[in-house]
Formats: sequence, structure tokens, C-alpha cells
Amino acid sequence: MTAILKNIFNISNKKLLKDYGLVLAFMGICLVLSILSPSFIKPANLLNILRQTSINGILAVGMTFVIITGGIDLSVGSITAVAAVVASSFAHPGEHSIVFVIFSGLGVGLLLGFINGLFIAKAKLAPFIATLGMMTIARGMALVYTSGRPVINLSDQYNYIGGGYIGGIPVPVYIYGLVVIISFFVLRFTVFGRRVYAVGGNELSAKYSGIKTSNIKTLVYMISGMLSGLAGIVLSSRVMSGNPSAGTSYELDAIAAVVIGGTSMTGGVGTIFGTVIGALMIGVINNGLDLLNVSSYFQQIVKGSIIIFAVLMDKQANSKD
Amino acid sequence: MENNSETILEMDNICKSFPGVKALNNVSIKFKKRTVHTLMGENGAGKSTLMKVLSGIYQMDSGTMRLRGEDVIFQTPASALNHGIAMVHQELSPIVDLSVAENMFVGREPVLFKLPVINRKEMNKKANALFEEIGIKIDPKRRMGDLSVAEMQMVEIAKAISYDAEILILDEPTSAISDAEVSVLFKIIRNYTQKNKAVIYISHKMEEIFQISDEITVLRDGEFIGTNPASDVSEKELIKMMVGRNLNEIFPKTETKIGDVSLRVENLSLSGKFSNISFEARRGEILGIAGLMGAGRSELVESIFGVHPPESGSLYINGKEVKIRSPEDAIDLGMALITEDRKLTGLNLKDSVKNNVSIVFLKKLARAFSVVDKGREVSSVEELIKKLSIKTPSRNTNVSSLSGGNQQKVVIAKWLLSDPNILILDEPTRGIDVGAKAEVHKLMNQFTEEGKTVIMISSEMPEIMGMSDRLLVLSEGKLTGHFQRSEFDQEKILACAMNHIEKESN
Repeated sequence: MTAILKNIFNISNKKLLKDYGLVLAFMGICLVLSILSPSFIKPANLLNILRQTSINGILAVGMTFVIITGGIDLSVGSITAVAAVVASSFAHPGEHSIVFVIFSGLGVGLLLGFINGLFIAKAKLAPFIATLGMMTIARGMALVYTSGRPVINLSDQYNYIGGGYIGGIPVPVYIYGLVVIISFFVLRFTVFGRRVYAVGGNELSAKYSGIKTSNIKTLVYMISGMLSGLAGIVLSSRVMSGNPSAGTSYELDAIAAVVIGGTSMTGGVGTIFGTVIGALMIGVINNGLDLLNVSSYFQQIVKGSIIIFAVLMDKQANSKD
Repeated sequence: MENNSETILEMDNICKSFPGVKALNNVSIKFKKRTVHTLMGENGAGKSTLMKVLSGIYQMDSGTMRLRGEDVIFQTPASALNHGIAMVHQELSPIVDLSVAENMFVGREPVLFKLPVINRKEMNKKANALFEEIGIKIDPKRRMGDLSVAEMQMVEIAKAISYDAEILILDEPTSAISDAEVSVLFKIIRNYTQKNKAVIYISHKMEEIFQISDEITVLRDGEFIGTNPASDVSEKELIKMMVGRNLNEIFPKTETKIGDVSLRVENLSLSGKFSNISFEARRGEILGIAGLMGAGRSELVESIFGVHPPESGSLYINGKEVKIRSPEDAIDLGMALITEDRKLTGLNLKDSVKNNVSIVFLKKLARAFSVVDKGREVSSVEELIKKLSIKTPSRNTNVSSLSGGNQQKVVIAKWLLSDPNILILDEPTRGIDVGAKAEVHKLMNQFTEEGKTVIMISSEMPEIMGMSDRLLVLSEGKLTGHFQRSEFDQEKILACAMNHIEKESN
């Protein structure tokens, strides 16, 4: 297949690897899985993968903004939990309008992200430290808010967000698609998006170029927080309960998706497209290993190895001569 | 002496290509013992590439190197070092948390009784002895990070000398050191060649080159142009060889009509940096700011530009008082600051030429939903690439792969695109070649011809005297001199820069 592509586009191996390596690897994994397990390629299973990917995918999109600025957000999993319990607590049948419920989840995520941003951009805390603190605080908040018990008895309207279908496709897939399209557009085509890259590439130079770098940094954590809120809504609605321990260690899968997608941990480089492929790759691997009856213990070893391998390949392809 | 000097190293038909660029094309040079051999050429001419081939950082594609008559190929810097070739790079890489001596002997520390334990006493003694021998006054026990850039540079040079290499390569060793240190360095170089060794010297500074060189080789666009004894060649001839054309004047200052005051600064102070600075700059004028390194010149312009806003004092633009609290404010008021260090504060090395050039202007390219107008962006960037003749394969090329001079042009393009009325340039031609320098000077002239204001900081006396209409001198954060063009006098200006001689302008 590589040879065919090479002939069609008349490009060198290296360029091919650099520009399409990730997609090729993804396609390769899909190919192998569909041979090993015929049920992998069935539409129902593919939709299932998409739905399972959507939550991590949404978190990974927010994480992409953060990592391009050279930061990291460890609090996304915990913020997911806070948003899940807050939105769920308003979502009992006949209590509040669904719009209010959704805004409560998004709002609480946005607020916690804003607090992350303040500590990082204004108080100059290292992003790792600030969001590590927030990860613990937000988890505690979710537990305190619910006294440790899941919030149940949610309205059908609310449960539709995570469990419904439109035209045979799960609603979370639409939500994820919308998030991807908007984020792709913002990062690629707007002044804000370009400033995100500028801040991550060289913060000092960005500052001298008249960019209010602290505003950009605050905003990316707000985006990440708000998308965590969205993920919390989708997750709690999907499982029909707001669980305070939901989203535990979700930050790691989100970071993995971003890194597999070719975004540089040192900032300045990365794309939403890459992150989407990265998230799908994780989703496909999880699903495929389940189908192949690989034990969940062993799955972790495979997943970790693939992450390291993907990043190694990317490094190889992007290395300078 | 030159005639009976024997050849130590011959580089023959060296070729080296990078994707898209032929960096070296059949370059052949002979280097002799007891000789300082200077390599000259514009940025991107291939000097550094050639030296990286020689010191084992790059491998040549074809060609031969003969060291003392024997064919050699160096796969690594370590193997070059083992063959007696040491290089001091232009960009230093000190380990800031180690001591000076630890930095010098890193990887070959003297040990106690063959145990893996460093013999600190011995190491410091060795370092001290070497410093004394070559005449540097630095305590080997000091932390590297506490040294000034100039001192670090001297330590690097001492380190290279301590290898006792047959061939010592110095890549722009004087770019960060003062005149006094330059003379120490030259004495070190002289002593070194006396020991039957060869020195290869890379520099852009004409005066220095004539002072120190025995032989001068010019490269241009990766090709060998010629080798001459320094005594047989003039500055004009060298420049002609380097640029391949005649430069009529090195500093072609054009007369412009000087208009109203555009920027007025009153009693500006920032503690620890500068105090009570007052001056004005006019339309159509190039105002030079001279002074020694560390005099507070960069801090002053950065403060005016809002990077570190002043603690007291006032600023007036076109007669109206303004408050500048951030670079964004300054840009909105029509100011631009081209900073001294393009890698630190000028460029995003991870991004393309296009995205670097348009970043300041982006705000003005926004349409609905703050979407960037790509068409206009591309056309204005392309226009500037052409106007400044930036040598880049395409606008989407990463700036990090451009040569220093072209990177500097990208920085200038970015600020020209913002269409400023007051252009501040901090050492705009440092480390760039003669051709690019002349182009920067031409741009400054064009700028003032349009009735705009230029403020320029430069440590190169001929440049600042050649280009400025008026000159301010700063010393230890205080304004110590003010000269009209007719009063320019190198000695008087230097005196103001070094002492606190207040020269009242009339």
C-alpha cells in the first residue's frame, strides 16, 4: 500500500511516513484486527467504537489546546466527575429544563478550568502542579457533593444525550463530531488558534509580538475544563447515573491520544486531526483486544507499548537529517 | 614566515548537501601550521558547515580530508578531537549548575586513586594554571551560571585550548565579548600559533579579521572563492568577493527631511536598569543609542515598548501622553521592536516563515468570528519575502532551517508587516553577513524617507555613526552623551560610553 501511495503522489518514503504515518498505522491496525476478528469490521461494532471513543475523544481535544501551549491538564478526569454529579443532580425528572442542566455541567467545568488557568497564567504555577492539585480537589468536590453516592433517577431527556440515537448513530458521536469540527476550525483558522501555537512555540517571542500570553493560557484551560464538563454530561447520561468516581485516570488516555496524534509535549506543534486519530487508535485497540478475548491485564501492556511505539515512529519521521 | 609554514590539513573537493540546499560544493582549502586562517562569507556561505564537517558533527557527501598527509574521516566530534581538532562553537552550551573547572574537564575529570571520584583540588589547580598561562582572571570554583556571557566564552576557549589540539576552530568567538577581552583573546590566539599549531577563525568583523589573520579564505553560496594572505587584500576586495558585487558604500545613509517629534521620553526610570532618561525622536530621523554592553540600552527600549513598563516617567507620541503597559499597547500605538536575540524573543522556531511573519499583523487580518483572511495573509507574506529577498524554499518552510541572516529578515518582515511609525531596532545586524547588513540599512533608510522614525541600538561604532542622524550614549543606566551627526567623534562617544562624562548638547 505504501508503494501505491508513493507512486500516486510521487513522494519520498520519509515524507510519506511523516505526513501519513499515523493514518497508515491506524489503518494497519484496523486491517489486522478485521482479519483476526471478523466481527470487528461490522457496522454495529464500528459505531460502538465511535461511541466509546467519544468521551476520551472530547477530553483529548481540550487536552490538545493545552499541550500545544506547552502545558498539561491532569484534572480533566476529576472535572469530568464534578460535572457529571452536578449536572445529574439537576437532572431528576421534572425538576429543571434540560438546557439548564447542560449549562450547569459545562459551567462548572469552565469555572474549574478558569481556576486552573488563573494559577498557571497569573500565579505562574507549573501546569503539572496546578492541575495535579485541581485533580485531587475536584475529585474531593465530587465526593463531598454526593457524599460519595452516585446520583441516580435521571430524566429520559438527560439519558438521551448519552444513550440516544439519531438515524442509527449514537448521539455522543454527533457531539464528538461537532466538538472536533469546531475545535479544528478554531485552532486552524482563527487568530486565537494561531496565537495558541505562537505561545507554545516561544512564549517570550509571543509576548514581544503583542500577544497577551496569560490570556491565551487561561483560555486553553477554560476550553479543556468546559470540554471535561461536556464529557461528564455525556458519561453520566450514558450510564444513567452521576458517579463521583467517574472519569478516574481519564486524563492519561486523553494525554495518550494527543501524544499519539503527534502533538509535541514541549508545545508549539500539534493538530486536532492527529488527536482524533490518536483517540480512535486507542478506541480501536481497546475494542479489538476485547474482541480477541485478551485479558484486561494484558491489554494494558499492549496499549502502553503501542503508545511508546507510535511516538517513537513519529520522532523518527520528524527527525532532522 | 608564511612561505616555510608547512600544510597541516588539506580539505579537497568537499561536498555536503542538505535537503534542498547544496551547502558545500567542491570546497578545497589548505590550512598551515603557525597560521591564523580566517573563513569569511555571508551567512549561509558554508563556513559553519565546513567546520562542522571538519570537527565530525556532519559527514561530507564526497571529498577528502588529509591531516598531516593522511586521509581522515571523522564520524563523531570525539574522533576529531582525538585527531587534534577542537572547536569552540558560536552558541555556547555551558552546564550552568557546575563549576567553571567542572565544565572545563567534563568527561575527563582528574580522579582520586583511579576511583570514580573526582579530584576536585587537582581539577581546580589545573584550571587555574591554564587560566594563568593564557591570562584570564576567572575563579575555577565559580558556578558557571553566575558568569557573564563574555566570561563563559573565555572559559569555552580555555577549554578548547586545554585539549592542546593541533587545529583550533573558533566560530565567531568575539560576538559576545568586549574590546578588552578581544585583545586578551588575540594574545591567546597568537601564543597558540607560536606553538606550531593552526587556528581557524570565523568572524564577520572586518577590523578584527585584519588584526588577527594571516590568511583569509572567502566562501560564497557553498563555493570556494579564494584564499589570500591578509596583507595582500583590502576590505573592499573581501566584500566584493563575499557578495559577488561591488558595495559602493558600506553605510549608505541617505539624507532625509527631519520633521516633528514623534516620540518623547521624559524622566523614564526603572530601578536597577536605568534612571531619568529623557530624549526625543523625530519623523524621518534615525536616532542611534550607543553604549557598552550592560549599559541598559536594551532595557530602556524594552521598557518603552511595554515589556517591562517603567516605574516612573512619561511617554508622548506625536505630542500626546500615552501609557504603554504591554507590547500590545505599544503595537497599537504604531511601535515595533526588533529585539536583540532573535531566537529568544524574535521567532517561533517551531513554526513556518509565514506564521512567524504574520503573527503581529494577524489581528488586522481577522474577518468575522476572528477568522484569519488567508488570501491576504499569504499575499502580504509573499510580498515581504520578495521585498526583503528572504532566501527560503517556501513560505511554509520552518524558520529554524533558515540561515541566521534570513531568520533576521523574517523578524524584520514580521514587524514591517505591522506597518509601524516608530521602528526600534536592537542590534539589528549582529551576526549577520555584509550583504544582509546592507539590506537592513537600506530598509532603515527607506523607512525614514517615508517620514517615519527609527531608533537603533548598535555596539558597532562604524555602523551607529554611519547610520544615525543623532546619537545618545548610555552608561550604567544613565544618559551620558548626546551628539548631532556633525559632532560625531568615535573617541568622544567612547569616552561617554565608558565614563560618566556629561556632554551638554546645544
